[in-house]
Amino acid sequence: MRWLALRTLTVLGCLAALAVVSKLLSANLDTYVFLVVIQCGVAMTLAASLNLINGITGQFSIGHAGFYAAGAYVGAAWTVLWQPIVVRHVPLLQLGAPVGDTLTLLIAIVVGAAAAAVAGVVVGLPSLRLRGDYLAIVTLGFGEVIRVVILNIDAVGGARGLTGIPTLVGSGDLAFFWVFGLVLAVVALSRNLMRTTRGLTWLAVREDEIAADAMGVDTTRVKVSAFVVGSAFAGVAGVMYAHYFTSISPDVFGMDMSIIITTMVVLGGTGSVSGSLLAAIVLTALPEFLRFMQDYRMVIFSTMLVVVMLTRPQGMFGHGEISFAKLKQLFGRRAAGGAKP
Amino acid sequence: MQQIAQQLIYGIQLGSLYALIALGYTMVYGVLRLINFAHGDVYMVGAFVGFYACTRWLPFKDLAVHPEAAGANIALAVVALLLAMAICSAMGVLIERFAYRPLRNGLQKADAHFWGLVLGFPITGLFMPVFNGWGPLVAVVVGVGVGFAMRPLVAWLARRVKLSESRLNALITAIGVSLLLENGGLLVFGANPNFIPNILPERTYMLPGGVMVGSSQLTILGVSLVLMLSLRYIVMYTRPGKAMRAISHDIEAAKLMGIDTDRVIAFTFALGGSLAGAGGAMVAALTHVKITPLFGLLPGLKAFVAAVLGGAGSLPGAMVGGLLMGSAESFVAGSSLSMFRDAIAFCVLIIILLVRPAGLMGRHVPEKV
Repeated sequence: MRWLALRTLTVLGCLAALAVVSKLLSANLDTYVFLVVIQCGVAMTLAASLNLINGITGQFSIGHAGFYAAGAYVGAAWTVLWQPIVVRHVPLLQLGAPVGDTLTLLIAIVVGAAAAAVAGVVVGLPSLRLRGDYLAIVTLGFGEVIRVVILNIDAVGGARGLTGIPTLVGSGDLAFFWVFGLVLAVVALSRNLMRTTRGLTWLAVREDEIAADAMGVDTTRVKVSAFVVGSAFAGVAGVMYAHYFTSISPDVFGMDMSIIITTMVVLGGTGSVSGSLLAAIVLTALPEFLRFMQDYRMVIFSTMLVVVMLTRPQGMFGHGEISFAKLKQLFGRRAAGGAKP
Repeated sequence: MQQIAQQLIYGIQLGSLYALIALGYTMVYGVLRLINFAHGDVYMVGAFVGFYACTRWLPFKDLAVHPEAAGANIALAVVALLLAMAICSAMGVLIERFAYRPLRNGLQKADAHFWGLVLGFPITGLFMPVFNGWGPLVAVVVGVGVGFAMRPLVAWLARRVKLSESRLNALITAIGVSLLLENGGLLVFGANPNFIPNILPERTYMLPGGVMVGSSQLTILGVSLVLMLSLRYIVMYTRPGKAMRAISHDIEAAKLMGIDTDRVIAFTFALGGSLAGAGGAMVAALTHVKITPLFGLLPGLKAFVAAVLGGAGSLPGAMVGGLLMGSAESFVAGSSLSMFRDAIAFCVLIIILLVRPAGLMGRHVPEKV
């Protein structure tokens, strides 16, 4: 019982801290900077959720934008198209603005996550037979198929995109709370996974699939569940994006988006949650603040990607995490005046 | 019936182009087990070389004004084709040397120099407004200077590089090179679509049954066939070809037998690059497709699917796969599902990998523990 109480307290404390931070940031930040911060939050969720598939389970999915799109479109379709019909027929659901909006958003999150998870199962099933680069191309192709299908559904706007989505997550502190609450959730899940028996089986599949199989790990189940969980979180990120920016179009979820998300995970170090989060922030914020570089910035980015791959193949952090203990150790050594044994 | 035959002819034209690109994918995959993502962008460079050769570099005459120049134009077109092949094979070798070889052998000093230079030029470009009016020579000199200044940085990053066995690293590197070529292309060639005016005589032949065949379609098919046959000759009957096959069989054993694997791998990239360059130049000059720096991506992916369909590593497989892909796409484009023509490739890929992962003509290699 004490354990449960401690857990509940931790969660509540995190939420309270998040609420305070969101109040502070939304009050003090410039609108444009705040927008970039929200974008960073969405990117962090995407990177951390792809890290569940690529980093922790060692599969290689490079079509994450497909799941992102599935979540965004199905979630937005719920709020724009289906929710009004449901509310009209069920008078019980005609609630006031704050409660009704939150309920609608929660249902959108569930629906979006479910849609993305279904897509994850469909991609996860071939992963049972494929590995490495073939799997990568299949996921990339599947992401593209999702995009083309959306492009041809007229009910969600086709190539024009879906506009007029209500800003259910709000625009100020509430948006920050929702988006970064999601980031916290996916980070907590990753962290807990790495420390539980179930998570160890995921890591075992990454390290050596055949050995894991021989030790009795149900590798099929592990791989499919990694795809399902990772894509569900990407779907929720899509719901957040749709309900913050109020319009979505198939262009946003193209192949370059997939490649950018993959780059975040790879640059951060596949398997390192903090590394992918940091890379997500850098890769989202840097282009925004380097607008003056316009034409040159993508050239510099892609060159840097190649150079990092050639010079640090394991990514910036490898499998390691950023932790205070390590930082202390690093600076402690520096402070000791480089006295090497 | 006539409709179907017409679509089939278009499919064969498209398919022979896919086959040309797919051969480059399949050769590199056979030798290195690497998906050379940048191959589609080499094809794009080939198209741009064709474009510049036809509009700037070579004295082509517009047939609408000078109808008598047809013969001279055909001779020049052969020169343009060879030029595109030469430049693209050089490009293939360059990519292999500086992006993929360091993955196998570790980063050498020359690689650090090269990537320092590549980083130096866009950084110089940022400060171009400062040098405005000084002329391009100064910009180049400054670019080289900045590049040399960047070299220690790259070398420092690489000071403790550990070679990684991961093929995923190689794939990300390939994606990076592809992005570099696309964005570099946007800088050099501009983002506006280009197309080549009518410079080759166009004639349409009527086959029995009312099916039309254009002379450009016949040219594409003919040139592709000649190139594929000569490739087959090189791979099957010459010493470098033999070495290539040896490497694809077992690279370690080939090394022990005294084969200079690095040179043979570079040769493989040169061959693949020249085929893609020829394909690109023909597309630019004969099909009136608008060419942009990003237009190589999708044909590249589809050609890769063709290579997998035929069986990665198998040359006849790539040709058959290319033709099948082209026909499938042309039939979808001609049917009521034409919006899905870009998705069909990936559906084919997913199905083939689920049903027969080794492809139509590939060998299935069981995994060893």
